[in-house]
Amino acid sequence: MKKILLIPVLLAASVSFALYAFKGASQLKPDADNAGLKLPEGFGAIKVAELGARARHLVVTPQGDIYVKLARPKDEKGILVLHPDNEGKAQVTGGFGNYGGTGIYMKNGYLYASSNQEVFRYKLNDKNEVINPAQPEKIITGLKMGRQHETKSLVLDNDGNIYVNIGAYSNSCQEQDRALHSVGMPGCPILDSAGGIWQFKADKLNQSYAEGVRYATGLRNVVGLDWNQQNNQLFVMQHGRDNLASSWPELYNNKESAELPAECLYALKKGDNAGWPYMYYDQIQHKKIVAPEYGGDKKKEADAKFIEPAMAYPGHMAPNGLLFYTGSMFPEKYKNGAFIAFHGSWNRAPEPQKGYFVVFQPFKDGKPSGDWEIFADNFSGSPEKAASGRADYRPCGLAQGADGSLYVTDDSKGAVYRILYNNK
Amino acid sequence: MILLILATGGIKLSAQTKSKPKPAAKPALITAAVMANGKKIYGQYCLACHMEDGGGVPNMNPPLSKTSYVLGDKTRLIKVVLNGLSDGAEIDGETYTNVMAPHNFLKDQEIADVLTFIRNSYGNKASAVSAAEVKTVRAAKK
Repeated sequence: MKKILLIPVLLAASVSFALYAFKGASQLKPDADNAGLKLPEGFGAIKVAELGARARHLVVTPQGDIYVKLARPKDEKGILVLHPDNEGKAQVTGGFGNYGGTGIYMKNGYLYASSNQEVFRYKLNDKNEVINPAQPEKIITGLKMGRQHETKSLVLDNDGNIYVNIGAYSNSCQEQDRALHSVGMPGCPILDSAGGIWQFKADKLNQSYAEGVRYATGLRNVVGLDWNQQNNQLFVMQHGRDNLASSWPELYNNKESAELPAECLYALKKGDNAGWPYMYYDQIQHKKIVAPEYGGDKKKEADAKFIEPAMAYPGHMAPNGLLFYTGSMFPEKYKNGAFIAFHGSWNRAPEPQKGYFVVFQPFKDGKPSGDWEIFADNFSGSPEKAASGRADYRPCGLAQGADGSLYVTDDSKGAVYRILYNNK
Repeated sequence: MILLILATGGIKLSAQTKSKPKPAAKPALITAAVMANGKKIYGQYCLACHMEDGGGVPNMNPPLSKTSYVLGDKTRLIKVVLNGLSDGAEIDGETYTNVMAPHNFLKDQEIADVLTFIRNSYGNKASAVSAAEVKTVRAAKK
């Protein structure tokens, strides 16, 4: 019995092996249903893996291996290593780093990864494999971590610096967080050690606040961030404040509270202040508005010293991933533009929830140029599931493959998607 | 002991089959008016975080359906509403990042009604909470 079964299996294996030899990455076949995603004409998607863990940010090596950072370790592994087969489907081939977190980045022969208080780096060999997974260098330590906005995203520039988000452990720096009519703390004390982006050296051990620079402040929480290579500048996506109606029902109705404030894209320079908690950006009035906790009345404009967003998106959609696309697989219009993974909202109830998609933001000469569009949709499974917030999958991290594929993680079930363009 | 479990199980079962369950002993009645008022309070102060279906938000705001906090000890539940919850404790094995602000500005009757509502919605079935019980917990705190 077994022998009879084995023959067709072996045949199939050898036939598919022969086929592999002719398959370059650009000939990879998308899943029949594009892994459940809705994509523009000519694009397709493969579900690379489903990890059953909270997959946050990821990197893809030139060899095609994938490092996925998990929010919580699975079997004592906070970073999973995935190795793809020739169909683009990957198996977990290893893992290391017994700590949960979000940030992971690869540059100049090192893999950088964060827990919610520290940043480690791992030396890579010439195949971009981690040489000594049990003994990373701890380059940053002792970062503040609250219960909310606790994750530390990271990115490197081209001058040996690493940028780390330290989220504010508060919604709007109220005396009583998220409470009805609670006013803002004067001179918000959180900002001295959180609510901004800190800059450290990428190669120095055991740095903390004393060794770092508060590069930009007034940023409530950043999860998605990337370095723009065209104009050599840091871009971040801020998660805007919540609870306008539940804390200030006399000022905001549920509809306004669902739409406001904007989720903002900021182009940062050293010393910038984006204004949290004193203001928020109203994308309908196109104005910086004083927060109600600090005397705002929905109309009063904030101090002009706070920087303008580079682009504003509807409220509460939770931008968790930002990636400048530098690949050549996608059509020309995508080159140097930004992909943004919107994890999906919760603070729009009782209005319908929004997000659960990947957006494309066109750029020209390092600046947003033109309207954003939904690029990859239906992570939720259906419009009803998106509206109720009961999404099947939730996009989080973004990465670009050496061939120009776009990778997206989901932190609900741990799906890893690979989006291809093959309409050539 | 076994008899007792069987007996309470029996009571629960019979309660579930009726459209308007009878209160077990002393607790307040679960009337349509109480449920309607509870739902109104819920919509105003709770829904934004715990959602219309009581399912909460994964990793952020805990669900209210069939959790030990909602179905268990009433005093603990009343205290959560009065004092809020910010200790980051596990709730049925999961942790949630958002703090819950104190809702001590709500009247005893409002807290009683909204708790009775959540204890009898989203698949939950538990005894009512009375304004007197809320009053006692509020007073004990001082």
